[in-house]
Amino acid sequence: MIEFRSVTKQFPDGTVAVDSFDLVIPPRKTTVLVGSSGCGKTTLLRMINRMIDPSSGSILIDGEDTGSLEPVKLRRRIGYVMQNSGLMPHRKVIDNVATVPILSGVPKKKARDDAMALLDTVGLDRSLALKYPRQLSGGQQQRVGVARGLAADPNILLMDEPFGAVDPIVRAELQQETIRLQDGLGKTVVFVTHDIDEAFLLGHQVVILQKGGHIAQVGTPAEILAHPANDFVASFVGADRGKRALRIQRVGDRDVVVDENGTPTGVLQP
Amino acid sequence: MNWVSSNLDLVWELTLAHIALSVPPIVVGFLLSVPIGWIANRFRLTRGTILVVLGLLYTIPSLPLFIFMPLILGTPLLSSLNVSVALTIYAVALMVRTAADGLASVDKDVLQAASAMGYSGWQRFWRVELPLSGPVLLAGLRVVSASTVSLATIGSVVGVTSLGYLFINGFQRNIPAEVVSGIVAVLLIAVVFDLLLVLLGRVTLPWSRRERTGSPRSARQRTALLAGGVS
Repeated sequence: MIEFRSVTKQFPDGTVAVDSFDLVIPPRKTTVLVGSSGCGKTTLLRMINRMIDPSSGSILIDGEDTGSLEPVKLRRRIGYVMQNSGLMPHRKVIDNVATVPILSGVPKKKARDDAMALLDTVGLDRSLALKYPRQLSGGQQQRVGVARGLAADPNILLMDEPFGAVDPIVRAELQQETIRLQDGLGKTVVFVTHDIDEAFLLGHQVVILQKGGHIAQVGTPAEILAHPANDFVASFVGADRGKRALRIQRVGDRDVVVDENGTPTGVLQP
Repeated sequence: MNWVSSNLDLVWELTLAHIALSVPPIVVGFLLSVPIGWIANRFRLTRGTILVVLGLLYTIPSLPLFIFMPLILGTPLLSSLNVSVALTIYAVALMVRTAADGLASVDKDVLQAASAMGYSGWQRFWRVELPLSGPVLLAGLRVVSASTVSLATIGSVVGVTSLGYLFINGFQRNIPAEVVSGIVAVLLIAVVFDLLLVLLGRVTLPWSRRERTGSPRSARQRTALLAGGVS
């Protein structure tokens, strides 16, 4: 469990990115922080592994105040996946995946063997192990990034818009893969995105953020859709544009679901 | 050609002396430049000052610098240390800006990722920043190497043995073959040094090569890998 307790972050230039933020992130579930750019979602994520230190307030992981922990050690036990993969261009795929275990002192041979197994886990062919990151496609690089995030078998996995830079088809594939991995591994995933559809797809708990890290609404995707807390949320999830207001239209002997503009979105199963 | 064949021993001896005179300034200059470049980048305010002041050192004419060295260092007038130190100053003057630029050229995303993975500051420098600035550092080092090998000839004017002796002696005694053989020997040293540096880059920076075609070694590794464990 990760707990934000009245966390505030003011940057040296005076910008208040996050203002007395409170949130409980449940264990073994995916929590998605979603909002447009400048809402402080990335700042919140980076405060969990102390890439950024809060100006005031505290963040607790399983009841332990992260402020009292050594940042380098803390980061080694929290997986981190970022946009554009952030892979080390001078290390082979296998060594990129084995980075954190080797930093933590796992013998190189064992770390590399484990990394090989992780390539299978994230759906990468083992023949890619000895290639350099730039020899891989964007989607493959992102998978390596996920494997690297999982390598130390962390309880917590932070994902900062990991699929923002890949094309829609690959993104859909990677999203499904993430759901599959989370189901299988039961990590506490904190995921940052600006894409509400991605948030609803992946999140057990979705946190909709407004400027300054103010929470507009927290809930399951269904709760948010059913009862948007305010106009901002309604507009953000697309409820005001008719995208989420579906009705049934009888076509022959089938019930077709259409949105408010009459665009068919699916067929109702009996 | 007659002169060359009868003075081969002399040319060889001077070549060795020239190499001995050039190598320490190249190595020491490089080793000094990287930390200075790092410091220049670390503190944005000092970056301009450090780089400009050190860069200007290269504009000091070499002959006066060689002559003034004993006054500054307190070394004997004919000591080769005078030339070595002066050449090191030139090497640093050439190298510091490249070192600073090389270190600054490392992708910020990669550095951020490295920190997020849990590299400590020190580990991040040695395992990420330094190797990734390698290609730029190497390019700078090649310039320093050529410059140092050529400047070392001037050492002969202040009585420090180098291939420059062949120029001076050849001019004074009007033996063109001697001057030409001096030039050729200096060029050869510069070319060989450059090739060695390129080779060093190939070995230490394999990832920076344009495209890797399956070398026998990597093919062997791949086979071993697919067969089971990682070698």
